[in-house]
Amino acid sequence: MSVKVDHLTKLYGEQKAVNDISFEVHSGEILGFLGPNGAGKSTTMKIITTFIPQTSGNVTVSGFDVIDQSAEVRKRIGYLPENNPLYLDMYIKECLEFFADLHGIQNKKARVDEMIEVTGLTRESKKKIGTLSKGYRQRVGLAQALIHNPEVLIMDEPTSGLDPNQVVEIRNLIKKIGKQKTVILSTHILQEVQALCDRVIIINKGQLVANDTIDNLQKSSSGETALTVEFKETIEKVQLQKIRTVKQVDNIDGNKWRLISDKDMQEDVFQFAVSNHLTILSLEKEKQSLEDIFRTLTNSSK
Amino acid sequence: MFSVFKKEVTSFFSSLIGYIAIIVFLLATGLFLWVFPGSDYNVLSYGYATLEGLFDLAPWVFMFLIPAITMRSFSEEIKSGTLEILTTRPLSEIQIILGKYFAAMFLVAFSLLPTVVYYITVYQLGIVKGNIDSGVVMGSYLGLLLLAGSFAAIGIFASSLTGNQIVAFMLAVFLCFFCYYSFAALSQLGLFVGRIDDVIQSIGIDAHYLSIRRGVIDTRDIVYFLSFIGIFVLFTKTSLESRKW
Repeated sequence: MSVKVDHLTKLYGEQKAVNDISFEVHSGEILGFLGPNGAGKSTTMKIITTFIPQTSGNVTVSGFDVIDQSAEVRKRIGYLPENNPLYLDMYIKECLEFFADLHGIQNKKARVDEMIEVTGLTRESKKKIGTLSKGYRQRVGLAQALIHNPEVLIMDEPTSGLDPNQVVEIRNLIKKIGKQKTVILSTHILQEVQALCDRVIIINKGQLVANDTIDNLQKSSSGETALTVEFKETIEKVQLQKIRTVKQVDNIDGNKWRLISDKDMQEDVFQFAVSNHLTILSLEKEKQSLEDIFRTLTNSSK
Repeated sequence: MFSVFKKEVTSFFSSLIGYIAIIVFLLATGLFLWVFPGSDYNVLSYGYATLEGLFDLAPWVFMFLIPAITMRSFSEEIKSGTLEILTTRPLSEIQIILGKYFAAMFLVAFSLLPTVVYYITVYQLGIVKGNIDSGVVMGSYLGLLLLAGSFAAIGIFASSLTGNQIVAFMLAVFLCFFCYYSFAALSQLGLFVGRIDDVIQSIGIDAHYLSIRRGVIDTRDIVYFLSFIGIFVLFTKTSLESRKW
């Protein structure tokens, strides 16, 4: 496995920023790191990237320990910190060549040109980083994180503060890159997780509250599905309750009903409508949104 | 280490800092040595073929100039957060510190280089041409470089303490002043005179600088300067690692 976090705890004085977190990320996987502000996302990432040490627990990257073999770890990770810090007074090429130098990359000019092309900076490549817009700076940030072709890419809120178009562009870029690498990205934007990630980890107040695929999360947290159905004709509640799979019936308003069951009931509802000569105006399966899951999970552990 | 050095030197000369540092140094020393009439440092009215004035004056100019050169070295990285993308690269803290240190020293040496013209001028102006003690001048240059090295080590250390460049600058100026001048002055306190005044004096930079300036290169002075620089480099390393505590 690429990144393994084992019973990780970080104390800042008395305060537990990260409390006994364990998870694994495999290569080729994009992991979303979700949590409210101050949940411990950045702290965990700083520990994985060897910027700060943990208080207890173990973290390994490609089998190398972040404390004992930190030099090996640093060769293998690309890191895009929060707020994307860059040397603003340097030219894009100059900056990327500097980082390529630090990694001892042979043939750095070719590599820099390649990164500029991959991140779509070709048109801006002669500019100083300080003169770039936020979206382009983010691309430079990605380029510096990827310059040494790392096995693991760690990004702390890579799309924060970008306009919607830039967000889409950066996400596509991450998706493209993520195919061959292990990617961990933190965010508090839920659509981003849905758009990008194979798996989600939700942490709250330093504790792990969920670690699953998005589909599983949406299923497991509810356990039952709800159906909203609207008939043209007026019917009685009792009639609906007779449907085999339906457990609970609520009237929303008029001829709109909400049916709850732990099984799939669409078919039965159709059959019911046909046999009673009813017209279905609308039928909608309610899916618990990631927002709801997030809110339930992060509030319950208060 | 060399890539950090290269990056720092480039940034000195692509911003104004490098040029301003050199111009300020040359202008300040140049005015005192050649223009201001009747100043204690004026070579022309002094009447002796020496460069004493330059070497008396330079420590005081460096006391302000070197902290100005070094104040941004770590402060800016701390403030902008680039320290995070620099220290998570496969290079050690010492390599980063030395890269920045030697870059600052390179700039200082570069600003000293044109003062060779002063030496040539005095050499030519002697009533007997060449009537200048070249050994003393060379010793003085060496002493001045070591003194600048000490100031730069102080400056880099001060810069690693804070994300605020002004604080780093003022702290460095004070530390340079204290290490350069204060020990000699404090040793003259009635309390110490005749007892440990020579010990206190020898802690300060001034005593060792004056000793090298005589043109006698004493290993004790060299060891003093190198350990002084080494200690501040280690302080800087500790300060950078303090984020890990």
